[in-house]
Amino acid sequence: MRVPVSWLSEYVEIPPGTSVEELDAAFVRMGLEVEEIHDLSRSVTGPLVVGRVREFTELTGFKKPIRYCQVEVGPSEVRGIICGATNFAAGDIVVVALPGTVLPGGFAISARKTYGHISDGMLCSARELGLGDDHSGILVLPPSAASHIGQDARPVIGLDEVIFELNINPDRGYALSIRGVARDLALALGTKFTDPAAITATPGTAQPAYPVSILDTVGCDRFAARAVRGISPNTQSPQWMQRRLIHAGMRPISLPVDITNYLMLELGQPMHVFDLDRLRGPLMVRRAQAGERLRTLDGVDRELDPEDMVICDDTGPVSLAAVMGGESTEVSAATVNVLFEAAHWDPIMVTRTCRRHKLSSEASRRWERGVDSDLALVALERAIDLLTTYAGGTPSTEVLDLDYRSAPPTISLRADLPSRLVGLPYTAADVTRLLRAIGCTVVEGEPLQVTPPRWRPDLTDPADLVEEVVRLDGYDKVASELPIVPPGRGLTPEQRRRRMVNRALAEAGYVEVLSYPFVSEAAYDALGLPEDDPRRQALRVANPLSEQEPYLRTTLLPPLLATLARNLGRGQRDLALFEMGKVFLPAARTGTPPVLPVEHRPDDADLAVAAEYLPRQPLHVAVVLTGERDPSGWWGPGRPADWADAVDAARIVASAARVSLTVRQATQAPWHPGRCAALWVGEQIVGYAGELHPAVCSALNLPARTCAMELNLDALPPASTAVAPPLSTYPPALIDVAVVVSEEVPAAEVQQALSEGAGELLEEIRLFDVYSGPQLGEGRKSLAYKLVFRAPDRTLTVDEAVAARDAAVAVAAERFGAVLRGA
Amino acid sequence: MTYRNDPYDPKQATLLAPEALDQAVAEAEKAFAAAADLDALAAVRPAHLGDRAPVSLARREIGSLPPAARAEAGKRVNAARAAITQAYAARQAELEAARARKVLQEETVDVTLPTERRPRGARHPLTSLMDWIVDLFVGMGYEVAEGPEAELGWFNFDALNIAPDHPARTMMDTFYLDPPDSTLVLRTHTSPVQIRSMLERKPPIYIICPGRAYRTDEPDITHTPVFHQVEGLVVDKGITMAHLKGTLDHWARAMFGPGAKTRLRPSYFPFTEPSAEPDVWWPDHPDGPRWVEWGGCGMVNPRVLRACGIDPDVYSGFAFGMGIERGLMFRHGVPDIRHTIEGDVRFTRAFGMEV
Repeated sequence: MRVPVSWLSEYVEIPPGTSVEELDAAFVRMGLEVEEIHDLSRSVTGPLVVGRVREFTELTGFKKPIRYCQVEVGPSEVRGIICGATNFAAGDIVVVALPGTVLPGGFAISARKTYGHISDGMLCSARELGLGDDHSGILVLPPSAASHIGQDARPVIGLDEVIFELNINPDRGYALSIRGVARDLALALGTKFTDPAAITATPGTAQPAYPVSILDTVGCDRFAARAVRGISPNTQSPQWMQRRLIHAGMRPISLPVDITNYLMLELGQPMHVFDLDRLRGPLMVRRAQAGERLRTLDGVDRELDPEDMVICDDTGPVSLAAVMGGESTEVSAATVNVLFEAAHWDPIMVTRTCRRHKLSSEASRRWERGVDSDLALVALERAIDLLTTYAGGTPSTEVLDLDYRSAPPTISLRADLPSRLVGLPYTAADVTRLLRAIGCTVVEGEPLQVTPPRWRPDLTDPADLVEEVVRLDGYDKVASELPIVPPGRGLTPEQRRRRMVNRALAEAGYVEVLSYPFVSEAAYDALGLPEDDPRRQALRVANPLSEQEPYLRTTLLPPLLATLARNLGRGQRDLALFEMGKVFLPAARTGTPPVLPVEHRPDDADLAVAAEYLPRQPLHVAVVLTGERDPSGWWGPGRPADWADAVDAARIVASAARVSLTVRQATQAPWHPGRCAALWVGEQIVGYAGELHPAVCSALNLPARTCAMELNLDALPPASTAVAPPLSTYPPALIDVAVVVSEEVPAAEVQQALSEGAGELLEEIRLFDVYSGPQLGEGRKSLAYKLVFRAPDRTLTVDEAVAARDAAVAVAAERFGAVLRGA
Repeated sequence: MTYRNDPYDPKQATLLAPEALDQAVAEAEKAFAAAADLDALAAVRPAHLGDRAPVSLARREIGSLPPAARAEAGKRVNAARAAITQAYAARQAELEAARARKVLQEETVDVTLPTERRPRGARHPLTSLMDWIVDLFVGMGYEVAEGPEAELGWFNFDALNIAPDHPARTMMDTFYLDPPDSTLVLRTHTSPVQIRSMLERKPPIYIICPGRAYRTDEPDITHTPVFHQVEGLVVDKGITMAHLKGTLDHWARAMFGPGAKTRLRPSYFPFTEPSAEPDVWWPDHPDGPRWVEWGGCGMVNPRVLRACGIDPDVYSGFAFGMGIERGLMFRHGVPDIRHTIEGDVRFTRAFGMEV
């Protein structure tokens, strides 16, 4: 809502000397958010004056008509100015930017030679002055402006205006009007408010101004109308009205339409004006019928919905009620008889209609937020006054007023509720006084009986009244006090685990990223997921930002790999990234969840059923690596990242989460079939790690041998409680052992066999070499381990250590045919 | 034939002469001093302390002396030998110290060489900032509550008093999930966690909810369709707006320094009534002290309490929510909100492990 201060000051007393900053603070105090302040006097600097075109000569030989004008810009001061517009005549009063003027956008005017003449200034259009969109010609002022020739043009054309652009919250529909804003500002400044609606309006007459019937009084509970006949056609609105409309951000159209817009801005009552001669038969206010169509004023042919409210004549719908009129009954330059309509529409109906037709108008915005239903006759009275003043004509003596409104609701307010919620000692008298100030009727007693004014349909609950009390008293009076918080239990084990994992990966050299979860179907193709892969069962966003990426990730990899690619594109080479985030998997049930109440707590059973419709959203962690994992430097060459780093990332996660991780060979897209590890915890696979499939790297334009790991953190069991180990201080016995096994036997399983066979004396086992060569024979490999034996209570003898080693090898021999190398 | 049987011959006992012994010591000291390193020192040792060294030969001559002279001569020889041994040890110590100095000298490195042999990782500043805020509230006794990001409409809207046809619903710029009758949305705020918390817990409730939220904003310098919020909820007996203000003031001081404070402006959220938007006074703003917009807050709307089975005549509460990106941007001078989502490692690494 753009509010010109001069308009506001007609209805609220603004003490002389009140600064823009003070007004700003007053608006903010009342909860009217100031989005921007437009001080038009600062928008144009330099000598902008009123002038009169004495005469001009048409210059020929150019692509467009050009006039060389002699413009009087002061007593006996005439300047030659070139102008490309043709909408003026000799004698017209115009706005002249003399050399030295700077127009909005930093457009500096100077005397310069053009079209063969020196142009000593510029004649300005409304748009060039920042006064609106009109650039069809220069601004021509009314003859009355002749008394200002040579003087500063700013006050004459409204360029001395200050406009507050307010961002009105959806509960304050009343503030979408000068009337409502003025009322609040008067309360904030403590000054007098004059209600522009406080006029005597002609009441409804027995004989209607036009035959109208309302078939649906839920959608429309009031419909009033008056006619004016015999106006002079095609009358322009007066300058002051045009200027105010422009300042408020609307475009002047024609006098009857401008009047409805002007009154909507001033009072908050949206209106409509019909060309009376284009209406066919009585009007009917009803829901649309299936299949009905209407061409609205924006030129769009719309199919109507049975929930839409329409105004119909004998030809069918002529107006999409509350939102936009129809073309067929539009006021035109030839219109001489008009019918003004001021109605009251159901906000919910309007909201739905707007949403359905993706159509929003200044009127609908007001209806959605609530309009004062007392205004209809007042607005009609004002409209008729304005129209007959500027275009003549005769108003009908008949006034239509179909009023089906119910009585405004009354709210029972315990007088101590404001104190209870705000913490300030409001008395019942304070509460009564403050609520009356905003127009409520208050019947004293306990509880207070409060009837809000018709312009405050947002006030329905006691808490709404509490907000008004504290708003009027001032939010700045609220004290600052800390509540006494009962002792908490700290983070949950899952929350602590998440932090541990996050820190562990960062400390291991991974950089955290937080990607968008939106993915394309092609992303899953690029990963090489089979057609029936469950990761293709992705949830779809109905209204995605990009039609290319309508799905929600079922794996962290596509967005994470895209981030990797972005970094590569920006010149990085060595990258190790990690992300922790939710993936989205189908719910246990699809369809419509049970409707849950809002008046009371839903049944636990219903909540449980509803929960089954919620998509599963486990927290995953993933890493991706490319380039050097250990950097090269003066110390020597670096080490490229490989599959083992990806697997180790899983081990880092498992260690941070204190769960035991088992790694097994696996085949899973998008990993290299020979370089993919399944990550087992207990009896389930929680994720995979390894090198990406070469086809995936090439499909995603990633460097060869890019590696990745992803696992489901939520699938990990709770951390085991750490148990301190016994620490023997007897010396260890160190024995190296190399066993030869078949190539395909996994090292981890050999190690497992050795560990089991070695028994309790084994303190540590570490694989330090893997070798294969001709002397071992085809398909054989040698695995060399360092074994550390130690007893808790004695120094081990050589014989004991050797016996333990032999026992270890024996189990490996039994399971895998392992042979002690060199034996 | 033995020495014993040799007759005393003063001429043959010249090595025992005090002058001779003094000379032997002097020559040894000279030779030791002349040894430039430990090897040279070792090389000259036999000449002065070996079997054929003058002091050793002198000792042999003692037997040729008359018994009465032997004690005197023995003392002289021992003293001389002791002097030579000491001179040798001293020179040896000296040369060893020099050698140690030389080795250390030779082992000198340029300690200013780069040392990053392991790549440095980093946590995302949004993660660090959320943890930071969460820790502040956990320290006060709050607990951390969380909820799903794909959420049922009832939790995201209805239970929060956002009626289906209220303008606030359309203002939320919601991502809806297919099929439409599932009512599923990507939560437009972290507020559904309030509802889940009130359904799962009994008052008193003091919770803080960090998390992701979604709105259909095209990404630009100040907008992103995916963003993070931290939301607080308190439901207890006797909770007033003063407690809300006090809590925000406390947070403001912790985050923006002891000179920080907040002010409340009337605003509108369907789930709070009265509602407010807080501004924080940031004394150390890089462009000078000023008020900075700082999210939304208010007293929990009794309708919301009722939908969660909490009696608004017994309990009252407050809630607040702040955008983490915005906080990060103004606290740390992030010029473009998209930096938080693009995953450029240069951005994240600049923050390290903490904000």
